[in-house]
Amino acid sequence: MSLLLDNQSERLASPSAPARQEASAEQSLARRWLAGGSAGWFIGFVLPLGVALLWEIVVRNGWANGRLMPPPSRIWATLWELAQTGELVTHALATLWRVAAGFAIGAVVGTVLGAASGASRFMRRVMDPTLQALRAIPSIAWVPLFILWLGIFEASKVALIAVGVFFPIYLGVAAAVGSVDRKIIEVGRVFRLTRLQMVRRVTLPAILPAWITALRTGLGLGFMFVVAAEFMGASEGLGYLLVDGQQLGRPDRILAAIIAFAVLGKLADGILVFMTRPLLAWQDVGRDKL
Amino acid sequence: MLIIDRLSKTYADGVHALDRLDLSVRTGEIVALVGGSGCGKTTLLRLIAGLDMPSDGQIRLDDQTIAGPSADVGVIFQEPRLFPWLTIEDNVAFGLSQISAFEREGLVANALTRVGLSGHGHRWPRELSGGQQQRVAIARALITRPRLLIMDEPFSALDPSTRASLHRHLLALWDESRPTVLLVTHDVEEAVMLADRIIVMQPNPGRLFDEFSNTLSRPRDRLGTSFETLARQILKSLDQSLKPAVPAPLKVSTADAAWW
Repeated sequence: MSLLLDNQSERLASPSAPARQEASAEQSLARRWLAGGSAGWFIGFVLPLGVALLWEIVVRNGWANGRLMPPPSRIWATLWELAQTGELVTHALATLWRVAAGFAIGAVVGTVLGAASGASRFMRRVMDPTLQALRAIPSIAWVPLFILWLGIFEASKVALIAVGVFFPIYLGVAAAVGSVDRKIIEVGRVFRLTRLQMVRRVTLPAILPAWITALRTGLGLGFMFVVAAEFMGASEGLGYLLVDGQQLGRPDRILAAIIAFAVLGKLADGILVFMTRPLLAWQDVGRDKL
Repeated sequence: MLIIDRLSKTYADGVHALDRLDLSVRTGEIVALVGGSGCGKTTLLRLIAGLDMPSDGQIRLDDQTIAGPSADVGVIFQEPRLFPWLTIEDNVAFGLSQISAFEREGLVANALTRVGLSGHGHRWPRELSGGQQQRVAIARALITRPRLLIMDEPFSALDPSTRASLHRHLLALWDESRPTVLLVTHDVEEAVMLADRIIVMQPNPGRLFDEFSNTLSRPRDRLGTSFETLARQILKSLDQSLKPAVPAPLKVSTADAAWW
């Protein structure tokens, strides 16, 4: 009875309680929205769009001439023009093909050698010192050698991208294989798994999250290396567009190519995450996506 | 019958974990090993499970020497050690890869029902509580019907009520096929609750120190006088086993004394 009275008196003493609850609910909704709720993806666009808008205002008001740093409207017009003439698609497809080929080669070789290095002490002793030394070589240092060995056309470009993709995947897989929980391996031993069964049923699933992270890092580096690759005498590709913009003194073309790189890189990463997400449904993580 | 014959284990770093240990366990018997840290309980279980090799001596299960992991030996570890990428039913079925899918499905469903987890088969391990995960581990170890079940402090991380519930589940499962059970525990009450025989081990190096036969009928009453008396006797023995060995009195001959 006294509790009831207390509750009633509390309600009488604060007539604005429902209004407060409503405000609190609205705040909580806003917080959830900002934290990545139903429309939370939009948050990621606020910073770049805000900066672009600010620069547009600055140039339009004549506070800056925008010759070396064109305003977003001019970059958009250039992108639209490139899309209309079909140039953008041609260059983007050429770049994508190179990244895809280099990524496939680098990922396969990196995974195989990384697994061998992580699983076998002998293989690690044989390969790791050499590969670690090769890793320290700047990407651009490979260019003349690859041109000499593989020519100026596609093979040398794909090889350079494959080198860039290879190292993060090799390192990621080797570290992941070497750090698979001993306790989990012991369960496999209790059930008398053969070496091959152990790899298939225990090691591979255990390293899957680290492998996917390594693939994403490798893919990101693939997009970085494709620029270096397309600097070596390409006649098409987004890297070529960059060089072309520099030679023609057209920063709007350079920025259009950079934006195209960013969009393609993000799209490729998004596709990789989307494709691999079902494989990681079992993960006990604090967020619902990688 | 499990026979352990003059078993010794010295690790590569020089730690002498077990010293000429002899033990025999009758088929269907539940034996609990208790003792302080470093008395070689876990080492002994790992040797019996075939996960480590002894430095000397041998282990025989029904006249077959154990020289590695065996289909006849099931192991339940301190942690559930479930595979996080497999569903509960796939975890339970992990050791059943050589039978048909249909047969496997029936066995898994039955095993999950036995441990009170029917309806949880499609869930991930992360979605289960610690006690439920340990029940899955018990189901996984028992589904292959091992002749010997080894348990290394399987309930130590659980709260008392979950532990009591798991004791009941374990005894019900054990009663179905009566495997030989070797249980390592730090909990004397748990040992008295489950075991037919309790062996106290002493450390540095690990040896058998004392042995208690438990003739109390099941289900056992934790609050009963006989239960408490036995638990107290074991605790006393455990205390004695942990006391540093008293060196034998030094005998000095009269002639030596005169020389001093």
